[in-house]
Amino acid sequence: MNALHTAAMPDQPRARTAWHTATIVEKLAETPHAVRLTLAAPTWPGSEPGTHLDVRLTAPDGYQASRSYSVASSTPAGNVVLAIDELPDGEVSPFLVQDARPGDQLEIHGPLGSYFTWLPGRSDRPVQLIAGGSGVVPLYAIALAHDAAGDPAHLQLLYSVRTPAEVFFADELAALTGPTFGLDLVYTREAPHDWPDPIGRLTRETLAARTIPASQRPHIYVCGSTGFVETITPWLVDLGHSATDVLTERFGGL
Amino acid sequence: MSFTTRGFSGRRRQPETRLPPGQTLVEKWPVLSAGPTPVVDTADWELTIQDETGTDHRWNWDELIALGVEDITVDIHCVTHWSKLGMAWRGVSLDKLFEHVGSRHQYVMAHSHGGYTTNLPLEDLLGGKAWIAIEAEGRPLHPEHGGPARLLVPHLYFWKSAKWIRGLTMMPGNDPGFWERYGYHIHGDPWQEQRYR
Amino acid sequence: MPRHLDGNALAGVLSEVFTADVTAARARCGNCGNTAPVAEAMVYPDAPGLVARCVRCNHVLAVVVEAGDRLVLSLAGLDTLELRAPRA
Ligand SMILES: [Zn+2]
Repeated sequence: MNALHTAAMPDQPRARTAWHTATIVEKLAETPHAVRLTLAAPTWPGSEPGTHLDVRLTAPDGYQASRSYSVASSTPAGNVVLAIDELPDGEVSPFLVQDARPGDQLEIHGPLGSYFTWLPGRSDRPVQLIAGGSGVVPLYAIALAHDAAGDPAHLQLLYSVRTPAEVFFADELAALTGPTFGLDLVYTREAPHDWPDPIGRLTRETLAARTIPASQRPHIYVCGSTGFVETITPWLVDLGHSATDVLTERFGGL
Repeated sequence: MSFTTRGFSGRRRQPETRLPPGQTLVEKWPVLSAGPTPVVDTADWELTIQDETGTDHRWNWDELIALGVEDITVDIHCVTHWSKLGMAWRGVSLDKLFEHVGSRHQYVMAHSHGGYTTNLPLEDLLGGKAWIAIEAEGRPLHPEHGGPARLLVPHLYFWKSAKWIRGLTMMPGNDPGFWERYGYHIHGDPWQEQRYR
Repeated sequence: MPRHLDGNALAGVLSEVFTADVTAARARCGNCGNTAPVAEAMVYPDAPGLVARCVRCNHVLAVVVEAGDRLVLSLAGLDTLELRAPRA
């Protein structure tokens, strides 16, 4: 870590990771296959944008299952928003998407991870966020925190998603766009009928055209499936970005 | 356990007499892997059994097949709580290989392409209980499942059935292999639920 | 293809061991010397434990097993692990 990072860190210590009891206070359909859960967790300390947590479910006979999810909103303390995509072969996500309801309790462990995080005031270089599918969740948390802090650094999100119905936080992301936040969507299966751009997988050419150029030395955050991250990352290096400026997070827990 | 989540039961613990304790039935065959899949061509394939004199007993692919391939129908039990019942396999009995090996040592370390190891008592490999498997469910063993050849020791947890097998080394003592070093049981009998040390 | 994730997946289980977060810690591979944040290691989760491998040479850097009521951690494949001192 360089001196700039250290100097710009907020002075309060990072919250110690712990287990917290959480109650579902709101459950909304996020997409046809995903829900947004708002949890009340009185002891939750809040988290740096970009972090994740482990959700643990316990059956009456003591059987437990846990999975990691990115935190969609990092503030305020005591409040956690998650967006959970149902994985058909999963054990935890089908329960959370299909069966869980407000009032249910679960346990959360975190906040976890200080590598894939962004903090306001850390750097005046621009920030390029690149999301594949539900990998947008921690990047949305970053965009939200960037907006809340009024951070002047320019933030750009390139979001690759299958169809318009599967865009997470569609209204919230649209509302965040402005002079310091830009949103670019790439649809891989289906687009709105008047969509001007080609439909299909994110290509190297689109990546080059729709992201902040290497000459501006952006900090880059890439989050998506392993295949997505491992396709995009070498392209970014080829486009001239320094590998140390590219932070990645792969997801795929069932 | 005082804390529970309403309505959550998990997908484990179906009662089924053919299942060892703590196992649940699967239909699909999960791929478990601790690393990238090694690519091994049968043209280059070789199995070595090394005895205490340092002598290597070697079989290439054709020599292995020539020892006689058997049909095997067995249940497999993975320590990660899934079991798959009545799987059809084809392979060469380790009895056939050990006919050619004279060793006083009673333990074996299995070595795989990619660096994986697992330890077994010799008696668990003999007597029609273990094979070098080359086919499963009517097809040549897929590389993700350990092809072209893996150890098949179905009466022990499936981590003992080393994928991408390349050799067996005779040992005087029961030294731990990869998972056995990291907390898993030295023997791994699913019916006694020998998961952890 | 066997599925792999990355070292971010180690954050939860290793927070039981370390007081500082390990995903941002720099790990030096004991085989090839490659030095990178733990978050950038390849982690194979579909196994009886979590196996973290060097992105450059594939060497096993760390193994974590939740063995019933115990946690077994091997860092034998690492040369060094450099953590930021927790701020007081
Ligand atoms: Zn290495």
